[in-house]
Amino acid sequence: MRLQLSPEMEAFRDEMRTFFTTQVPQEIRDTIAAHRHLTRDQYVQAQRVLNDAGLAVPHWPVEWGGKDWTPLQRHIWREEMQLANVPEPLAFNASMIGPVIASFGNQEQKERFLPKTASLEIWWCQGFSEPDAGSDLASLRTTAVRDGDDWVVNGQKTWTTLGQYADWIFCLVRTDPTAEKKQRGISMLVFPMDTPGVTLRPIQLIDGGHEVNEVFFEDVRVPAENLIGEENRGWDYAKFLLGNERVGIARVGATKKLISQAKTHAREVVVDGRPLSEDPRLTARIAELENELLALELTALRVVANSADGKPHPASSVLKLRGSELQQAATELLVDIAGPLSVASFADGGSQVPQWARVATPEYLNYRKVSIYGGSNEVQRTIIAGTILGL
Amino acid sequence: MDFTYDSEQNDLREAVAGLLGRAYSDSEQRRRVTATDPGFDEKTWARLAEMGVLGLPFAEEDGGMGAGPIEVAVVAEEVGRVLAPEPFVEAVVLAGGLVSAVGTAAQRAAVLGPLAEGGSVLALAHAEPAARWSTSAAGVTATQDGGTWRLSGVKEPVPNGARADVLVVSAVTDGGTALFLVQGDAEGLTRTGYRTHDGGRAANVTLDGTPAELLGEGTADRSADVERAQALARIAYSAEAVGAMDTALKTTAEYLKTRKQFGVTLNRFQALTFRAADMYVSLELARSTALWASMVADTGGDVVTAAVRARLQTSRAGRHVGKEAIQLHGGIGVTAEYSVGHYTSRLTAIDHLLGDGDWAADRLAATVDSYPTVDPLGAPYTG
Ligand SMILES: Cc1cc2nc3c(=O)[nH]c(=O)nc-3n(C[C@H](O)[C@H](O)[C@H](O)COP(=O)(O)OP(=O)(O)OC[C@H]3O[C@@H](n4cnc5c(N)ncnc54)[C@H](O)[C@@H]3O)c2cc1C
Repeated sequence: MRLQLSPEMEAFRDEMRTFFTTQVPQEIRDTIAAHRHLTRDQYVQAQRVLNDAGLAVPHWPVEWGGKDWTPLQRHIWREEMQLANVPEPLAFNASMIGPVIASFGNQEQKERFLPKTASLEIWWCQGFSEPDAGSDLASLRTTAVRDGDDWVVNGQKTWTTLGQYADWIFCLVRTDPTAEKKQRGISMLVFPMDTPGVTLRPIQLIDGGHEVNEVFFEDVRVPAENLIGEENRGWDYAKFLLGNERVGIARVGATKKLISQAKTHAREVVVDGRPLSEDPRLTARIAELENELLALELTALRVVANSADGKPHPASSVLKLRGSELQQAATELLVDIAGPLSVASFADGGSQVPQWARVATPEYLNYRKVSIYGGSNEVQRTIIAGTILGL
Repeated sequence: MDFTYDSEQNDLREAVAGLLGRAYSDSEQRRRVTATDPGFDEKTWARLAEMGVLGLPFAEEDGGMGAGPIEVAVVAEEVGRVLAPEPFVEAVVLAGGLVSAVGTAAQRAAVLGPLAEGGSVLALAHAEPAARWSTSAAGVTATQDGGTWRLSGVKEPVPNGARADVLVVSAVTDGGTALFLVQGDAEGLTRTGYRTHDGGRAANVTLDGTPAELLGEGTADRSADVERAQALARIAYSAEAVGAMDTALKTTAEYLKTRKQFGVTLNRFQALTFRAADMYVSLELARSTALWASMVADTGGDVVTAAVRARLQTSRAGRHVGKEAIQLHGGIGVTAEYSVGHYTSRLTAIDHLLGDGDWAADRLAATVDSYPTVDPLGAPYTG
């Protein structure tokens, strides 16, 4: 066993840190640090900077821009990015559809999509969930029927994150309604969001923001060559994609950042003449949270180091489950430190309430999502109980 | 960063697992052993000595194996896995660790050699009825009488205090807390042993002008040495707790698959499988932290803080896993015939021997404002 990073890894970490803190525009990093939303252009700009330096998709195959890094390097890359307030490469592109196309797409699809996916020239969105297919994703009903050289798609998707910015959607569709197992009759199609017959309707979330949408398909004609992989094998690709999603989702660096901000703010809030940072109940709560986070980070390091041949370690569900809980706990901590100031959520320029206190509650409410999406925490428990404990 | 054991560490683990697994393959065997004094099996203790386990962390010139905290953790985890009642952490890591850190060359050879060979059991008499996980002594005072040190006062509870051949006793001197060696047959020494809830043994140790040998040289305050030895023991206990939790969870999962109620096995009830899944989460996070702390100790990082962190994580996890293990078994979980309650009992004892989760959280809380983020990588962590 070895604790320290090797000198090479130390150097690698420094290199990442320097790059992220000097090459990504300050304004973008400030926006992230202040917990404000980025514009579409800012996302694209940030990802271009990373991609131009070969740092947007290091986990892809080398011929498509990957880096052949060790799991530890990928971990450091991700952590440093979060600590530097750099927006991560769009997950739909970098960790979802990109790896699927790289693994299961044909040569023509790879050439057509992968470079633009890495550079965010194509902004992808994920069309999996439907009103009656959430945790039970395989019960999805959107159909695709073959008509000559096209597929004709009808149905509805929901929860489509940032669909309003998206150029293309990757969709799970039912292509064989007669398949014995419902998982067997599903395929994966990709098509532009401006294809005739696609309509988007925004959904507002409890923080008042607009990040998810409903998407309706009415006789949408999709060329046959836009089928990814084989017909009726879409479920396999979806599982592959969701497994990748889980590994990056612990977001330890981001939670560290939140806790460190909480400490700073606790010094600024004065209660009965003493800063909140001296309240033993608060400091004990921070100590417990930090220790949980330490345990999670160490587990992430154990898990990434022991992932065999690219398959996620079984304990990766621990990362998603506890990672989401700790992100939520950190946002809750910030609300509690803001206390009564947190009520001024939508105060404008005339308010004395600091920005961090204004965004605290909306963010806390928004972060309720992290234990729901990407396989809810109940789904993760089912995986642990079934796959690991054999129950 | 590498969390895997090397081949020597794996060999050690297999050897210890083999020995202890044979000795305590069914929990009846353990119950028989813990039912009679001294609460552990002298033969198993002797075999551990033959294997080199009882001298593991001591220097070779002191009769030890010259191994480090990681090897200690490997052994402690196996001890925990079968709840071996042999006092590995208490005698070797804690009491032996102090002698190794503080003793003169002659004392180390005289005390650690026989300990490593299995000929002598060592106990640390440091806890006092009126103190709580302290690094200093208050209730026993040491005075010099001619050339001889004499100790008076009470130590309790002293794990294995009645069985020990030699006691390491902390006492107050003009210089602060000093450490002494007291022979088991010394005059003015009264030891009243009793069972502890986890099947172990502890004692009230009363000293009344008892002659003692100063450990090490000079009477400068030894609190920092005590704290460091406690830290190493906390890390070993964390590993022991991980071993115990691992078995408690496996036993529980097995039970859920076989126990039938309402016409189906219990694992058909999602409410129960989810609770088992949460036990797994607690266990794995505790395992990571315990492993990390042993690595910090091995590389000379801030062992005191790392130990507190490991203690916090394993304390919370130990209570969670221990309590749920019993609950998911239903009535059989609280019976003495069944193993799972004993695991919970031992986890509870570990929690209280050197500081529980609240104690650890309080210690960490005192410093949270002095650093921005916790970083387990790179430079050794400094609190
Ligand atoms: C902000 C946000 C963004 C999202 N973005 C996208 C996106 O871009 N693309 C996309 O396709 N989807 C997206 N999703 C959808 C997300 O994946 C689903 O919300 C999720 O899978 C849960 O499905 P559901 O909401 O229908 O809840 P349900 O499946 O109805 O679950 C309701 C509750 O029951 C629990 N539950 C369900 N089944 C079980 C069971 N068998 N055992 C125990 N508990 C169970 C769930 O854990 C949950 O607590 C997003 C969701 C949110 C909230």
